[in-house]
Amino acid sequence: MEKVSLTINGINVEVRKGSTLLEAAKKAGIRIPTLCHHPDLVPAGNCRLCVVEQKGAPFLLASCTTKAADGMEIETNTHRVREARRVILELLLAEHNADCISCPASGKCQLQSLAHEYFVQKTDFMNIADKSPIDDSSPSIVKDDSKCIRCLRCVRTCSELMGVSALVSAHKGRYTKVETLLDKPLQYAVCTMCGQCVSRCPTGALVEKNYVNDVWRAISDPEKFVVVQTAPSVRVGLGEMLNMAPGSIVTGKMATALRQLGFDAVLDTNFSADLTIMEEGHELLQRLTKALRDKEKISFPMMTSCCPAWVKFMEHEYPDQLEHISSCKSPQQMLGALIKTYYAQKRGIDPSKIVSVSIMPCTAKKFEASRLEMKSSGYTDVDYVLTTRELGHMIRQSGIWFDELEESTFDSPMGEGTGAAVIFGASGGVMEAALRTVYEVVTGREVPFENLNITPLRGTDGVRAASIRIDKPLPDWSFLEGVEVNVAIAHGLANARKLMDDVEKGLSPYHFIEVMACPNGCIGGGGQPMPTSPEIRRKRTAAIYEADSKLPRRKSHENSEVLALYKDFLTEPLGHRSHELLHTHYTKRDDLP
Amino acid sequence: MSQDAEKSTAKLSKVEKKLNLLKKRAHLIFRNIDCVKLFNRILKKTPDEILATITESGLRGRGGAGFPTGMKWKAALEAPGAVKYVICNADEGEPGTFKDRVILERQPDKIIVGMATCAYVTKATEGYIYMRGEYNFMSKEIKACCEKWNDLFEKKDFPFRVSLRLGSGAYICGEETALIESMSGNRGEPRLRPPFPVSEGFNDMPTVVNNVETLAYVTMIMDDGLDFFKSVAKDDSMGGKVFSVSGDAAIKGVFELPLGMTVQEFVDIFGDGDTKAVQVGGFSGLCVPRKHFATTIIGYRGVQTGGSMILYNSTRSMYLVLKNYLEFFQEESCGQCAPCRIGCQQLLLGIEAMRQGTRPLSHIDKLRELVNVMGVASKCKLGMSLANPFNSITEHFFEEICSKW
Ligand SMILES: Cc1cc2nc3c(=O)[nH]c(=O)nc-3n(C[C@H](O)[C@H](O)[C@H](O)COP(=O)(O)O)c2cc1C
Ligand code: FES
Repeated sequence: MEKVSLTINGINVEVRKGSTLLEAAKKAGIRIPTLCHHPDLVPAGNCRLCVVEQKGAPFLLASCTTKAADGMEIETNTHRVREARRVILELLLAEHNADCISCPASGKCQLQSLAHEYFVQKTDFMNIADKSPIDDSSPSIVKDDSKCIRCLRCVRTCSELMGVSALVSAHKGRYTKVETLLDKPLQYAVCTMCGQCVSRCPTGALVEKNYVNDVWRAISDPEKFVVVQTAPSVRVGLGEMLNMAPGSIVTGKMATALRQLGFDAVLDTNFSADLTIMEEGHELLQRLTKALRDKEKISFPMMTSCCPAWVKFMEHEYPDQLEHISSCKSPQQMLGALIKTYYAQKRGIDPSKIVSVSIMPCTAKKFEASRLEMKSSGYTDVDYVLTTRELGHMIRQSGIWFDELEESTFDSPMGEGTGAAVIFGASGGVMEAALRTVYEVVTGREVPFENLNITPLRGTDGVRAASIRIDKPLPDWSFLEGVEVNVAIAHGLANARKLMDDVEKGLSPYHFIEVMACPNGCIGGGGQPMPTSPEIRRKRTAAIYEADSKLPRRKSHENSEVLALYKDFLTEPLGHRSHELLHTHYTKRDDLP
Repeated sequence: MSQDAEKSTAKLSKVEKKLNLLKKRAHLIFRNIDCVKLFNRILKKTPDEILATITESGLRGRGGAGFPTGMKWKAALEAPGAVKYVICNADEGEPGTFKDRVILERQPDKIIVGMATCAYVTKATEGYIYMRGEYNFMSKEIKACCEKWNDLFEKKDFPFRVSLRLGSGAYICGEETALIESMSGNRGEPRLRPPFPVSEGFNDMPTVVNNVETLAYVTMIMDDGLDFFKSVAKDDSMGGKVFSVSGDAAIKGVFELPLGMTVQEFVDIFGDGDTKAVQVGGFSGLCVPRKHFATTIIGYRGVQTGGSMILYNSTRSMYLVLKNYLEFFQEESCGQCAPCRIGCQQLLLGIEAMRQGTRPLSHIDKLRELVNVMGVASKCKLGMSLANPFNSITEHFFEEICSKW
C-alpha cells in the first residue's frame, strides 16, 4: 500500500495514500474539531470548522476533505486557525436558535460543546435563525429548523445510507435550508421514520418525538397497569446513556431499573422475537411447499417484516412488490397484541386498563405502533414507544444509580427469550435465527455450523448472501432434498434498494431476504444512544453475539413460554388466532403519506 | 470647479476620448474571418504544435481566474479517461459583465473553432456550450451554428460534436465545478477541489472548462499567429481583453482593449470627468479609488478582471453600492459552506446596523475579521473573493458607509 508522510504540529506521521488530514491528525494523536464530518458519511467540507494551516499556503485547508500529501507541514493550532474557528462558531451561533435550556439536545449538542470549548458565549453578529414553526407532525421525528446549522449530515444520511432522500438541501444562499421534498410536513413526506438523521444531527434540529412524560403519567395513574417490553438491542445500547462503554450488556440491570421506575410488568420483546421466528419460519416453509411440492406460482424471495422503516420504504418505493414481505407483524406488535389478550386473560387484568409501553432502538417503531391496523387486540396494541435514549433519560431522572443495581430477570409469562431472539438486534440475526429453526424443523438436526453460529451470515458488508443445502430431510419434507436455500441480507436501505431492483425485475436468486433499514441493524437504530460510528456499532454487535452465546437456549423453537403459548392459546404456527393477532397486511403508499 | 463646468469639460472632451479609444482599441475578437478555412488550416498542424503555440502565446483564462490555457489543456491531454469533454463557460453571471453575450451573438463560429481546437489537442470528443438561461433568446442561432459545425466535423471525419446546454440563472453555476454539477442534473454547488475538472470533470472524465472569450482568442491566435497576439499588449499580460464598461461612464458597452493599461488610462477614455472609483472585475473584484488610478494596472500583473469595469462618480453613495453587492451575494452564495452562507448575510446586516446606529462603528473591525476569515476558509472562490470588494470599499469610503447621507 502506498504511503505518504507529513508532519502535523511537528510530529511525523505516515498514512495510507488517500487519507485525509483529519485521519492523519488522529493518527498523530491530535484532535481537530469537526461538525459536518461524520465517520459514516462522505466528507462534505461544509462547516469549515476543521480548518488547519499548511506552511506557505495562503488559504486554510479543511482537514476533513483535504488529502494528505508527501512533505506537507500542517499546523492545527495556530492563531490564524483558532481565530477562524472562533469566527465560524460565532457565525453558526448567529444562525442557530441557542435556546439551550429548553432544547432536547442540550448536553449532547456538538455546537454547544464546541462553543464552550472556544469560549464563544455570545456573538456580536445578528441572530438570523430560521423562524418557521417546529414540524412535529410525524409520530417519530420532530424537526426544528431554528436549530439547524446546515451541516447536511441528515441530508447525506438520508441519501447515502438510506437511499430515500426524504430530506434535501433546498434553495440557495441565505434561504438554504433542509426541507422535505416540496416542503411537506414530515408526516406526509416519503420518510421511513428510521431516525438515522436524528442520530447524526449535531444539534437539536432533528430529535425523536418524546413520550417520556406520557409514560410517567401512566405509571403514576393507580388505575393503570403499565406493561413494558424491551427490544433485543436496547440491552447492548442503554449502558452508553448511563456512562458505560459501548458494548456493555446491561440486560439484568435494565430489568431491575424498569421495575424501580414503576412499570407493573417487565416483559421481553425477545419472547416475541422467538415467536416471530416460529411464524415467519413456517411461512417460509409454507411458501417453499407451495412452490416446490404443489408447483403453485409463489413469489420469491420472501422478505422480513420486523423493521417498520423497511416496510414503509417498500410501501412507498415498491408498492407493487408488497407480496414479498412476510405477513408477520414485528416482534413489538406481536407482543403488543398478546399483552392485551393472552397476557390480560392469564393475569386476569382488564385490558382496557393496560398501558403497553415498548422500549425500542428505533424511531420508526413509534410510527409502527400508530398504524391504524395495529389494533387487533381490540385496543391500541402498543400505546407508547420510547427509544433507548428516552429510557436512559427516565433512568437519569429517577435518580437510580444504574451501575449499582442488582441484576434481575424478566417477568413471566412472555419474559423468556433465547439466543436466537437476542441476535435480532444485529444485521443478519433474524436470518440466522430463522435458519436455526427452519433447518431443524425440516431435517430434525441442528444447523451444520459450529456452536450454531452461522458465521457466513455475520459481518458488516452492506449486502451479504449465503446458501444452505438441505440434505436428508424428514419424510414430510422430502421434496426439499438437495435444495439450496439462497438467502441474502441487507442493512441500510440504500443497500436494500440494490436487492430490490433485481426483485422488481424478477431476477432475484434468493428465497429469503432479511432487511434492516439501519446500518448494522437495530443496534445501530435511530433511537440508540449517540454518537454512532462503525466502531461503536462493532462493539454493540459483538455484545449481541456474546449475549447469544451465553444463553442456555439458543433456538426459538426451544423457548418454553412460546411453546406454552401455542399449547394454551394459539394452537399452531400460522393458525387461526395467529392470523388474527400476529399477522398483518401492507398499504400501497405511492400517493399516501 | 462648479458641477456645471465639470460637466461641460466632460462633454467637450468626449470627442477626444473617442479618438483615444480608437487608438487603443484591439481588433481581434470582432474581426470577421473565414472560420471554415481557418479550421482546415488548423487540422493541417499537429496537436502538439498547436499546444506549443497556445502555451507560448501566454494566453490566460478570460473567465476571471487567469489560469494559463496551455497548461490546462496539457493537463487534460495527459489525464487518463475513456471520454474527454470541452465545455465553453457561457454562464456570464458576474454583475457588470456582458461581453460574452456580444461574442456569442456576433462571433459564435470563433467559439466553436476554439472548442474544436481544444478537442483536437486534448482528444476530447464532446463539447458543450453552457449558456446562462437569460441568454435563451439566442438559443436558436447558437444551436443552428452547432449543427452547421457538426455537419462539417462529420464530413471531415473529425471526431467531435458540440451542443448547447442552458443554465437556470444561479451565479454560482459559472464556477466551473458547480457548472459541471448543474450540467449533470444536480444542485449547482461547487465540488471539492482537487480533483480538478481537467482530471475528473463532467461524468468524472477529464474536462476542459474555458470561458467564451478564451476560446475565441484561441481561434485568433490560430489565425493571426503568435507574434501578432503577443504584440497587442505589453509585458506578461498578453493579448487583448474584452471589457464590459458600465456605471457612470461617458461611453458604455463592450470594447476590446489591450491588457496592461492603468486604471487612469481607462478612466481617461471612459470616465465622465467625475469618476471617484472603478470596480474592476465585477462585484467580486476590487474597488479602485481615484487616488490609486495612476498606479493600478489592469491585467494579470495588477488587478485581474473577467472584463467587468463599473465606474462610479461622486453622485453615488458607496454605502448603497456595497449594500447592493452584499444583497447580491447573500442570495447567490450556494449556501453550502458556513463562512460564505452566514458571512454574506452578516456583512450586509452589519453595515446596515452601523448605519442605523444599532451597532457601533467599531463593528467594522468585526466585519473585517469576518471577511478575512471568509477569504481563507470558504469552500470556493465566491466566499473567498468577497474580501476584495468589502475591504477595498470600506477602506477607501468608510465615511460614506457609516454616515447618514
Ligand atoms: C463564483 C464564481 C463564478 C464564476 N462565474 C464565471 C462565469 O460566469 N463565466 C466564466 O467564464 N467563468 C466564471 N468563473 C470562473 C470559472 O470557474 C473558471 O475558472 C473559468 O470558466 C475557466 O475558464 P478560463 O480559464 O477560460 O477563464 C466563476 C468562478 C467563480 C468562483
Ligand atoms: S468538519 Fe471539515 S468542513 Fe466541516
